[in-house]
Amino acid sequence: MSLSQRHILSVNDLTQKDVALILKTAENLEEIAHRPVKKVPALRGKLIGLCFFENSTRTRSSFEVAAKRLSADTLSISTGGSSIAKGETLLDTIKNIEAMQPDLLVVRHASSGVPQFLSKQVACPVINAGDGSHEHPTQALLDLMTILKEKKKIKGLHVAIIGDILNSRVARSNMILLKKMGAKVSVAGPATMIPAEVEQYGVEVAHDIKKIIPKADVIMMLRIQREREADGLFPSLREYARFFGLNRETMRHAKKDAVILHPGPVNRGVEISAEVADGPHSVILDQVSNGVAVRMALLYLMCGVKQMSF
Amino acid sequence: MPEQKLLMTEAQMDKTIQGMAQKIVDDGLQEAVLVGIKTRGVPLAHWLSRHLAQITRKTPKVGELDINLYRDDLSEVAEQPVVNKTEIPFDVSACGIVLVDDVLYTGRTIRAALDALIDFGRPKFVKLAVLVDRGWRELPIQAEYTGKRIETKADEVIKVMLQETDGKNEVLLKEHFSKR
Repeated sequence: MSLSQRHILSVNDLTQKDVALILKTAENLEEIAHRPVKKVPALRGKLIGLCFFENSTRTRSSFEVAAKRLSADTLSISTGGSSIAKGETLLDTIKNIEAMQPDLLVVRHASSGVPQFLSKQVACPVINAGDGSHEHPTQALLDLMTILKEKKKIKGLHVAIIGDILNSRVARSNMILLKKMGAKVSVAGPATMIPAEVEQYGVEVAHDIKKIIPKADVIMMLRIQREREADGLFPSLREYARFFGLNRETMRHAKKDAVILHPGPVNRGVEISAEVADGPHSVILDQVSNGVAVRMALLYLMCGVKQMSF
Repeated sequence: MPEQKLLMTEAQMDKTIQGMAQKIVDDGLQEAVLVGIKTRGVPLAHWLSRHLAQITRKTPKVGELDINLYRDDLSEVAEQPVVNKTEIPFDVSACGIVLVDDVLYTGRTIRAALDALIDFGRPKFVKLAVLVDRGWRELPIQAEYTGKRIETKADEVIKVMLQETDGKNEVLLKEHFSKR
């Protein structure tokens, strides 16, 4: 079995069959993390390029661990320490990396569309690890895996996504993927952070989180980017926390078996209180473990085969 | 229709597996755990464990091993093999192990299984039990416990069918489709 796509650029491109294959593979690879020797030889001799043109801790280390668990080698570049700082163009940087014969590239960039652009310039498969405010497909896949493990199904579940929907690639990828897999999705946040055309994703919009929390089986909190305060999108962090933060008081309205997701990094006391982030509903750290498994599945499925059919 | 020949009936399989269990006990290995290689080694390992339990009144533990991540042809196969779940519910380092598979052929699957097992610890010993040995080894690997040994041609296929995976228990010898 193989994926219908050569690259993972947007969750839009994935078929339901692709998603099922990725999640099944991830589930079966998960056990490797609990072995005395946490490594299998499947991708021995493969080189994975981790090209992070935007800062990242979680996603980058997750891909790195995933590659290592499969015995692949990794090559890392980041904006700070690279020639980008010396004025080299993006394309030159990538062409130089390509000359080292990577078998797959993982790309993150602050501008939407960069992974798509690069996928047309290089000979190997590309995974989008987050591009601007466009998409973050591997985050949506790991969120889906986390929800599936908790709830045993996706179809018919009600998922509430709360926060800066406008600027969040995590929200966009999740809205598309969750709808594709049959979930009901609601979004909530300050009116300035809800995109005008959001209904196109088939989601319900709320401006009062108390209206959607009681219905939600899954509550997905988004990180509020502190620099947005300067953009005037919300008056203050305190006011944001009061109206859109998840805390003991708002959780009083939640279902008993609701689970809480957060893609990290968490702003404790802003979008989520410490008590809730560490509480019994939270599966935030499971998301991190599942992230490694999902990325292992993608690396295995995408760079284990000769790419002759493409 | 390609020709096919019935090599073993369910009754013959059962008698063979019973014989293998007896030999394992005669060798003093009744404390060993069984590890079935997916897919068909797993139901065979359970079958063997039922016979061992009849002789010793103690059911040996059975683990399940998927060897796809350890294959030596991963960079050559046209399509990535589906990864199945590996479940080893015991500490490998404390055990002697009998690996169980349906057919012993090139020996490459067993090589992969040995590598996989070692990643779980350092077993006291590893023995190999197979229902059918059809020859054509490409690696220096032999089984301690062989149910049936048969001479085959390169273009023949041995099909071990099991209730759990195929809906019935029998062993067939088939001519390969692509050679016709």
